[in-house]
Amino acid sequence: MKPGVLSKTPAARPTVSMPRLSPSGWILLALLPVLAVAPLVLPTYQVTLANNIGIFALATLGLVLLTGVAGMTSFGQAAFIGVSAYATAYLATVSAADLPGPLAWMAGSPLAGLAVGLVLTLAIATVLGAVTLRLSGHYLPLGTIAWGLSLFYLFGNLEFLGGHTGLSGIPALNLFGIALDNAETLFYLIWAILLLAVVATLNLLDSRVGRAIRALRGGQRMSESMGVDSFRAKMTAFLVAALYAGLAGWLYAYTQRFVSPAPFSLQAGIDFLFMALIGGVGQVWGAVIGAASVTFAKQWLQDLLPHLLGRTGNFEAIVFGLLIVLLMQRLPGGIAGWIAKAFERRRRPTGVADSLELPTAEPLPRRPMPQKGEVVLEAKGVTRRFGGLVANRDISFTVRAGEILAVIGPNGAGKSTLFNQLSCVDHPTSGEILFRGERIDGRTARAMAGAGLSRSFQHVKLLPTMSVLENVAIGAHLRGSKGVAAAALRLDRTEEARLLDEARRQLVRVGLGQYLHVEAGSLALGQQRILEIARALCADPCLLLLDEPAAGLRFLEKQALAELLVKLRSEGMAILLVEHDMDFVMGLVDRVYVMEFGERIAEGPPETIQTNPAVLEAYLGGVE
Amino acid sequence: MNLQIVMLLGQDGITNGAIYALLALSILLVFTVTRILLIPQGEFVAFAALTMAAMQGGTPVRLGWLLLALSAAALVMDSHAAWRRDGRIAVRRGPALGLAYAAGLTALTTLLPLADAGVALQALVTMALIVPLGLALYRVFYQPIAAAHPLVLLIVSIAVHVVLVGVGLLMFGPEGARTEPFSDGGLRLGMVMLNSQTIWVVAVSLALILGLYLFFERSLYGKALRAAAVNRLGAELVGISPELAGKASFALAALIGSLSGILIAPITTIYYDSGFIISLKGFVGAIIGGLASYPVAALGALLIGQAESFSTFWASSYKEVIVFTLILPVLVWRSLSHHGAEDEE
Repeated sequence: MKPGVLSKTPAARPTVSMPRLSPSGWILLALLPVLAVAPLVLPTYQVTLANNIGIFALATLGLVLLTGVAGMTSFGQAAFIGVSAYATAYLATVSAADLPGPLAWMAGSPLAGLAVGLVLTLAIATVLGAVTLRLSGHYLPLGTIAWGLSLFYLFGNLEFLGGHTGLSGIPALNLFGIALDNAETLFYLIWAILLLAVVATLNLLDSRVGRAIRALRGGQRMSESMGVDSFRAKMTAFLVAALYAGLAGWLYAYTQRFVSPAPFSLQAGIDFLFMALIGGVGQVWGAVIGAASVTFAKQWLQDLLPHLLGRTGNFEAIVFGLLIVLLMQRLPGGIAGWIAKAFERRRRPTGVADSLELPTAEPLPRRPMPQKGEVVLEAKGVTRRFGGLVANRDISFTVRAGEILAVIGPNGAGKSTLFNQLSCVDHPTSGEILFRGERIDGRTARAMAGAGLSRSFQHVKLLPTMSVLENVAIGAHLRGSKGVAAAALRLDRTEEARLLDEARRQLVRVGLGQYLHVEAGSLALGQQRILEIARALCADPCLLLLDEPAAGLRFLEKQALAELLVKLRSEGMAILLVEHDMDFVMGLVDRVYVMEFGERIAEGPPETIQTNPAVLEAYLGGVE
Repeated sequence: MNLQIVMLLGQDGITNGAIYALLALSILLVFTVTRILLIPQGEFVAFAALTMAAMQGGTPVRLGWLLLALSAAALVMDSHAAWRRDGRIAVRRGPALGLAYAAGLTALTTLLPLADAGVALQALVTMALIVPLGLALYRVFYQPIAAAHPLVLLIVSIAVHVVLVGVGLLMFGPEGARTEPFSDGGLRLGMVMLNSQTIWVVAVSLALILGLYLFFERSLYGKALRAAAVNRLGAELVGISPELAGKASFALAALIGSLSGILIAPITTIYYDSGFIISLKGFVGAIIGGLASYPVAALGALLIGQAESFSTFWASSYKEVIVFTLILPVLVWRSLSHHGAEDEE
């Protein structure tokens, strides 16, 4: 049956779908037999070329993760390959007598070369990342350019690494008694490692850590307030990229059996970025496509251009450079992005579901909720000045468990400033903010997410291309603990199922249960606001800070939201909301705190606020 | 090391540092106005130096052809944009004049005997070639994606740099060149002999910095550029065209780059790909200034000049390693004084 038929009649769709192979699964399945026979039928020259492509693709894969997914970029990939290749080459060629006694066993050992190469690569990447990743996005590329150049000159000048001539005479690779001494045998090793790396990357992206990395691009403030450590996520992506380069370097040393500074120059680092971009940085398979197409195109151009120009030189760089400019202007997704789009157009992904997916995994443990009536949030004399302007003056109030407090006031009353301080994005000039009896002013938003404070944003902040379910699962980030290795090896599945189930549960609870697999950006604004509440609930908070939750909602949606908030209140949640919609507020909340010009003008239950002369004056310009 | 050597190295350091400072200022200018890290800044330097050398050596000046090609591309892109907007092809005056200018200048540089024209005229012709080149680069490569993510702009910058280096090899060949000094002799100050080219470099740099200061403080266009740097959207709302701001900053960058190239050509042998390393030292200066502060960037660049000059003496082959490693402490300090995550545009 054609998928198009199904999508026209959604009612006919089966409610339980068969476990389907992902597109990457199909690609792997198709690729394996081709790779298995390739070295048997291809001439050695082609096999050598395929080996190079495999090594390049491995390094490019790191850039796809870094540039395409995490939105950072690095020109240091070639230099990382160089560090690892040189470490491997040095240990493979040095005589045991030249190494200090306890390290003598390393001489000639390929595995020692691999270990030392990876350790060195990761150590350097850690230092580079530590000094650049906290800064704005321009420092990492500039830092890696500087380090790539330095390393090139360093390789060329160090006597024990052979200076500009390099190190030659690397013996053939011998692993556990198996000699990998020709292009054909190396082919299997290289492509096995590459495919494993591709699978590990796909696994990583589809996990808790992967969501944190994917949120780096345009969602850092949001994910930080959900407890994601952005710096750590950036470091993770950078280290994984460096690790792939390190592996590539080890393979390179044993494939070429000779290393010199030239292949690890900055120019090569730029070439890797070009491979990633041409292949398509948004797709993991773009690395393979990019490495292959650039390698072939380079060969072709190197034959063609000297005839055309009558001179030899690095002229293919002109063509590649122009191609990149054109790609960035016209087709930023690269080849793989273009293919993926073409496929998507043919079979629309599953959209709105007709039935709810029911949670199946064991629910996550919950934090002990405060007793009803316990003071959860307390502001004591909070004052915030911006230069001469006093945005908040001496604000004091409490929010108790099982209570909804609304902060209202005309535009410019200082509500947003107050909200920012309560959510630890901004800090008071004087005064204290207490959360469950502890001072929190001065702490970071990320620290508070772990303590049980969860928020929504006035201007919706979500990751538009990620699914609704994944967006909400970011809220549960701190309730999981599995790291990169577990994700890459799929040892995180039980926890992942519980996290996704929690997200599903909260989405069903807020009424978005049918939209789990829809792109979050395609929801209506009101639904996006509700999504933010589901995301906040995923963190298992005891205090919800909601910034204008009813803005943009239709009447029925508002009613549903009010019902949800009432239910949360009855479960003992403390809720503070900043709101403009008086009808919504007055029928719902327990107490209202009214601000004007940064100061409190009234506080009390809705009924008394509605007749308070000061409030009427502020809103209506006074009673005649 | 005696005092004489110290003075000699210091003088070298000041000469190079002044050039790096100029480049750092121009990199900052372009970055704050357009968010573009102008990696091809160095190509302006190398192209200017090699064009001067070509004129003096009597070899053909080919830079005009590049300008001509880019101007033609700009004209085509402009007409294409007009066609997509209005449904008919219209040739606007700006790009047409640009093409005519490029054609005229190319003809002049090919036909005139520039070898005997004297340094001043040669320098003038070089700048007349490179300043519009900056403009055309912005129009062709950056203007269509001016609103893109900074990462995309950076990638395009790298790509343009790669293209220009390739074209540089095509135009100037692989040989390096050095030009005649502007004047002979020097100035004796006590026991120190000041090289005449050093005096030229320092004097021109100071004059240029003063000129830029006056431009940004006094002239309306300068103020408009500053406004665009402070708040792009705000500037656009009060009628400052981002296109104009982008082109103006690129033209200024090309002017500064070509002057630097003309100044440095008699001191160092320049190859078609030397520009990158030179401009990178300007970048290090700009990084020291946090990609924001002009005076700190200029001071940082002067420091780089000194560091380079003294490391040439102590560890000549590790010169570049030392210079580029210098950014590490700067980055450490910046990281430590930085708080929190922010989303970029």
